Amino acid sequence: MAGPEIKAPAMREYSVIPALQPGAMAATKSYVANEKVQEEIGFPGKLVDDWHDKAIGKMGELLGKYRSLKVFMDACVHCGACSDKCHYFLGTGDPKNMPVARQDLMRSVYRRHFTLAGKLVPKLVGARELTREVLDEWYNYYHQCSECRRCSVFCPYGIDTAEVTMAAREILDSVGVGQKYSNEIIGKVHKIGNNLGLPGPALANTLEGLEEDVKEDTGVAVRYPLDVKGAEVLLVTPSADFFAEPHIESLIGYGKVFHAAGISWTLSSMASEAGNFGMFIGNYEQLKKIAMRVREAALELGVKRIVVGECGHAWRVAYSFWNTLTGIGEGANDPFAIQLQSQLDHRYRQPMHICELTWDLIQKGAIAFDRSANDHRIVTFHDSCNVARASRMGDMPGGQFVIPREIIKAVANHYVEMAPGTTHEQTFCCGGGGGLLTDDLLDLRIKGALPRMEALNQVASGQGVNFMATICAICKAQFTKILPYYGFKMGMVGGVHQLVSTAIKLGDK
Amino acid sequence: MTAATLFFTALFYFAATVLIAGLAWKIADYARTPAPLLIPTTPAPTTQGGVVLRMLREVTLFESLFKSNLWLWACGWLFHVGLALVLIRHLRYFIQPVWSWVALLQPFGIYGGMVMLAGLAGLWARRLFLERIRYISTPSDHLMLLLIIAIASSGLTMKYFIRTDIVGVKEFFLGLMRFDWQPLPADGLLYVHLSLVAMLMLVFPFSKLLHAPGVFFSPTRNQADNPREARHLSSWAAKMEAK
Repeated sequence: MAGPEIKAPAMREYSVIPALQPGAMAATKSYVANEKVQEEIGFPGKLVDDWHDKAIGKMGELLGKYRSLKVFMDACVHCGACSDKCHYFLGTGDPKNMPVARQDLMRSVYRRHFTLAGKLVPKLVGARELTREVLDEWYNYYHQCSECRRCSVFCPYGIDTAEVTMAAREILDSVGVGQKYSNEIIGKVHKIGNNLGLPGPALANTLEGLEEDVKEDTGVAVRYPLDVKGAEVLLVTPSADFFAEPHIESLIGYGKVFHAAGISWTLSSMASEAGNFGMFIGNYEQLKKIAMRVREAALELGVKRIVVGECGHAWRVAYSFWNTLTGIGEGANDPFAIQLQSQLDHRYRQPMHICELTWDLIQKGAIAFDRSANDHRIVTFHDSCNVARASRMGDMPGGQFVIPREIIKAVANHYVEMAPGTTHEQTFCCGGGGGLLTDDLLDLRIKGALPRMEALNQVASGQGVNFMATICAICKAQFTKILPYYGFKMGMVGGVHQLVSTAIKLGDK
Repeated sequence: MTAATLFFTALFYFAATVLIAGLAWKIADYARTPAPLLIPTTPAPTTQGGVVLRMLREVTLFESLFKSNLWLWACGWLFHVGLALVLIRHLRYFIQPVWSWVALLQPFGIYGGMVMLAGLAGLWARRLFLERIRYISTPSDHLMLLLIIAIASSGLTMKYFIRTDIVGVKEFFLGLMRFDWQPLPADGLLYVHLSLVAMLMLVFPFSKLLHAPGVFFSPTRNQADNPREARHLSSWAAKMEAK
């Protein structure tokens, strides 16, 4: 990238809440989508003439469709409980990266147009008109939120800034100002089938090559099947798993688990992507349309189970939204959902996370490990934000924390926790989630990673941790890029199933 | 009847109408607006019973705030508990005979008033002296604190320094409720206290005080975490499906 060299902020032994630096990130602006990108997914190509009225109209529409937005706009009392909780604020010091201030960018306009007090005494209640400057400010700062929900844990009213960010991005898209990165990817999903634009034949090639590599490596013919009708399991995984490092190591791991447990499975070229960027831009139609590919693939292949690979927000969409959007789940009484649900095997959770599948097999004794194979690693676990705060695994609340850790302990001998307050429900986002994993936001991504890097540094220098496991494609890509800026090796990050892959016993048991 | 009695009689009918109608309208609006997706902040309870418990902890113990910041939690919680005790104590102006549990809790209302003031002072100090909180504060945030502090101070002043004719006050309010209007004792401080209370009632449905009904409608707190087990479909999302 052009411009001055980007440096990471200094890590401190103990995190300190930064002093305010107004305007520090005001100029940080993710690339705006061009006309072609916008129009391909049904948004206006550029800022429409009557953008002000359109934007206010859209806001009114969303306030009527989403109770979350309506309540969150009213309920905030400016108590400041969230003010020191956002990793982007902690890393940049920009006051508009405090969750409450980020919400207020929209709340101020809400008050002006939708509340009596804002119409009568705007100055008194912090209401303001939606000017071109305010719109630009929305664009810049609503693309400095990774929708990680950390603020919502601490808010006494459960206000979730992610919901506000999604609404803001939806309004911006509706007046023709979309983000290049997210909207380009959504276009690719529809055209090619996955976020990375990997076409079917290339995918088949990649998987063949993978089979050869694993055969060479282990001597065992582990299969990585594509579009196999009648397979028991359809695995839907982020497309980064097909070729990016370290993602592919986890894909190898999934294949080994299926092989060792004797479960027939397949990937789908139609649904070769678990990620759903429709959520990032807050657009229900896109969210649904992208999710429907998985339903169609499941119906076409006739699978009995749908399993999701290591991906944070994809798991949120799969776990929390698929039943609503596509009928993948249980408990339906409408024909649309029953069509699919009668095909699925309800002895298993639908959809299921790959970690749930592996953990069930471990508990049944269906797969075995040589833990010492991971002895060169001292492992810690980074909870991915969307898994931690927007989903579940297993039957009990908090299973999303327990199950990945139990898997790690079953396959590796050395495990260390990072400091409380930086893991579980209070985990810090990697700094690249929510549609921000783009090089034009590299500065923000580096600074936003600071809280996680400080926590990692503690266990790395204190307990010799040399491997940070995670279950999210974005976390893996973000850390691979960011770790060197903080003086760590990029190979330090990897998937939970990468550890599984190292230790699993294949062949005759 | 004095002009003051007439004024306060009219004022309290007006304020009560605005408060009740305004809140009813807001609550109906929240209830009517669909929540299309399941978005509880997890880990979340998986059953409705669990949700009720979570909400109870949230509104009585301020569980989430406790996770955030102990000082803020302490100030906020003391203020609200103090306020609750004060409100209970004030029930005696509206019921005759006074219910026994209200009579029992009467003395605590005084401490409630003091604790409430202490909490409010702490909250205001945060707003004034903490850079981050000062940054996010609007003039109305300061005025709201000032208003409640003034209500509590004028009330405590009437209790301890410049006593007012509370029997007369009770007759006035019972009269309001029975539509059998009685004179309000002529007392400047009482006028101030009552005017401020009426003002609070009037701004309630149009201000951030909506956090009180709002919290019960917050989807991140009032939804059960059961998306795989039951299909959740809002009215407008269902219409999209029918197409």
